[in-house]
Amino acid sequence: MIDWGPIYLTLKLALATTFVLLLVGIPLGFWLSRTRGWWKPIVETLVSMPLVLPPTVIGFYFLIAFGPENFLGSWIDKWLGIKLVFSFPGLVLASVLYSLPFMVQPIHSGLAGLPPSLLEASKLMGKSSWTTLIKVGLPNIKPSLLTGIILAFAHTVGEFGVVLMIGGSIPDKTRVASIAIYEEVEALNYGAAHTYSLLLLALAFAVLLSVYLINGGYLKRFWR
Amino acid sequence: MIALNIHKMLKAEGGTMDLHINTAIHPGELVALYGPSGAGKTSTLRMLAGLMDPDSGTISNDDTPWFDATRKINLNPGKRKIGYVFQDYALFPNMSVRQNLQFAQKKRGNSQLISTLLDMVELTDLQDHKPATLSGGQKQRVALARALAQEPEILLLDEPLTALDPKMRLKLQEYLIRVHREFQLTTLLVTHSISEISRLANKVLVLEKGKVAREGIPSEVLLKHNVSGKFKFVGEVISLEAADLMYVVHVLVQEQPIRVIATAEEARGLKPGDQVIVASKAFNPLIYKLEA
Repeated sequence: MIDWGPIYLTLKLALATTFVLLLVGIPLGFWLSRTRGWWKPIVETLVSMPLVLPPTVIGFYFLIAFGPENFLGSWIDKWLGIKLVFSFPGLVLASVLYSLPFMVQPIHSGLAGLPPSLLEASKLMGKSSWTTLIKVGLPNIKPSLLTGIILAFAHTVGEFGVVLMIGGSIPDKTRVASIAIYEEVEALNYGAAHTYSLLLLALAFAVLLSVYLINGGYLKRFWR
Repeated sequence: MIALNIHKMLKAEGGTMDLHINTAIHPGELVALYGPSGAGKTSTLRMLAGLMDPDSGTISNDDTPWFDATRKINLNPGKRKIGYVFQDYALFPNMSVRQNLQFAQKKRGNSQLISTLLDMVELTDLQDHKPATLSGGQKQRVALARALAQEPEILLLDEPLTALDPKMRLKLQEYLIRVHREFQLTTLLVTHSISEISRLANKVLVLEKGKVAREGIPSEVLLKHNVSGKFKFVGEVISLEAADLMYVVHVLVQEQPIRVIATAEEARGLKPGDQVIVASKAFNPLIYKLEA
């Protein structure tokens, strides 16, 4: 019987990350879709950095910034009682940074693609930006939202480098499935590695398939 | 009374255009903004609504300043009590017809008004449909009803009928006339169509290259010479044919093509697409009732 710990931890991490990313990504994507300041390209670049940066680089700087010997790390530990390296909250925070573009970009392009008159009409009705976003913006970019959620979730499941750098491999705390596979292979436990790998493969397939089914409208006939 | 005196540099085809509008609109008037594409009609409407900021100048409604560049006043669009019908209708796709109207209401609950409006534009049967399932004319009526659901003091219409076929356009003009008669809203209508202006508006502003070129009563402004005939119709030239010494001009009047004989002198300068008046002085018309 395999140890379900890593699988459970992977799903927990992916869910927590996706949830936080939704809270962060919606306002950020909304802001990006509306602003035209000179700083917009800079913010866009920062958001997209994880796409090109090796995960180990993010993990390395995260480790430096939030290590207990560092000012920021010790301050957070002292005032909030949270250790961010070699802990689950640290993994969530790093994953949020790492998967940020996967949530923000679909939301940004979805909102930017809406006809401007929709938002203007709402404005003329005296609605606040917030009401407009909740009642008009988001309900009309459901496919983009779904894409963002699924991609952020899937990307977090597939994380390896960042987690290894800042989480290490503490069972049931930071030892996620991708790391478990690496360790099982190192220990020549090919059977266990196979099991984890197959589970991740099936999960990735199912998740992506569901995106294409839903966004492609194949499931519509069952919903009506 | 709305008083506006606004400047704005606009990027236009082949450089910039200095939009400078100085005019006043009286309560209850139905004013048409007429002019070629790129003359600044839509921009004027958008600045009035607060969707676009003028570079300088003032806009005020009665005693309330809406915009004043020097005093840094810029009233929020939502507070200007404006109902706006967009060229692309801007219906919220995620809401049904009725929900679109409900969302537009300032305060919740006056469902009586919504039912009345739906009734007026004959959409009660379609109230639970989503906009995507409606035809162009139906969407247009929803947009109009939704603008009225806001209980505005001023109604702004940006080429509301351009995208519709001729028959639908005539029908929707009826709705606009009815709405104006019933609510007496100060209304601004951007349009390309002279027949629309002569049917609907009691004042017209002709915009050319960002300036008000002419303004006044439609028949005086749009017709270069006043014709005192028994009949006059505004129409559009479809084609010109030379026949012996005369010309046969085909003119589309209210979606009906008619043939007019013109002398070479009259026909000179006419080309298909020109807006013309067809008038008759000396003939006694015959009238037949059409069976409905």
